[in-house]
Amino acid sequence: MPTILFYLFALIMIGGGIGVVALKNPVSSALSMIVSFIGLAALFVGLNAYFVGILQILVYTGAVMVLFLFIIMLLDLKKEEEKQFSSSSIAAGVVIPTLLVLQLIAVFQTSDFGNFQAITPESLAMSEQQLDPSIPADSVIRSSMAAENLADRKLPDVNLIGHKLFNEYNLPLQIIAVLLLVATVGCVALSKKLKAKS
Amino acid sequence: MQTASLTEYLFMSGLLFAIGLAGVIIRRNIIVIFMCLEMMLAAAALTLIAFSRYHTVNGLPDYDGQMLMFFIITVAAAEVAVGLAIIVALYRARQTVNTEDLTSLKG
Repeated sequence: MPTILFYLFALIMIGGGIGVVALKNPVSSALSMIVSFIGLAALFVGLNAYFVGILQILVYTGAVMVLFLFIIMLLDLKKEEEKQFSSSSIAAGVVIPTLLVLQLIAVFQTSDFGNFQAITPESLAMSEQQLDPSIPADSVIRSSMAAENLADRKLPDVNLIGHKLFNEYNLPLQIIAVLLLVATVGCVALSKKLKAKS
Repeated sequence: MQTASLTEYLFMSGLLFAIGLAGVIIRRNIIVIFMCLEMMLAAAALTLIAFSRYHTVNGLPDYDGQMLMFFIITVAAAEVAVGLAIIVALYRARQTVNTEDLTSLKG
């Protein structure tokens, strides 16, 4: 990603983040959170993680933030707005993150990572050739769209993610499915218990 | 063409994490605190994606980092659903979402 675009989207992301903290109305906070996550998704796309960028927009800005807005509307928080922040918590909230950022800067000064290797049609041609010894000949990836995309000099992002998810990460995927089921049951149980109480 | 380096991505991620931390410390509305927690998770995810792109395997990004990000998104979504259910239950019991009024555990 060119540096100008990187700084543009990073500015959108950081500006949205500051908006979440600084704006008093919770609805404004939620909306600036959406802006921040859109900037973040653009950074993901700039890092060649197209699938994760789309997922970020669909799940976070699409589902999670709508859930937040829904709860804010449900609870009707208008009267909470007038409360002032105490000066000691503002001082702590400025000093501790500033120390964190200063530490990060100090670490980055002593480290030298260098630049990203560019993904170009030539590098994809190289990786198509290097695919051969690492993967057996009867593997799915040979006949899959990943190989075809590599032959067309396109990055087969979603194909490789799907291949990895359903082979190497099959057990975590099923555990995550159980987790989602538990979360659903937990939400229903939390809502139902209070209904019986009132 | 000049491209942004890994250090710049890591710095932006750290900055977003620091802003989220500041929000958790400063804000008193529990819903906004929850949003800032989500922002800190997203900042950590940016670090993961940046390293996954930096550590290329056979000229392709290392997809292990993106898999971890995928699982983080799933767990965060489940966490938000349960957390907001707890906040709604709290509001029904105490009629407030302000953390300064929720001091039962203080003794």
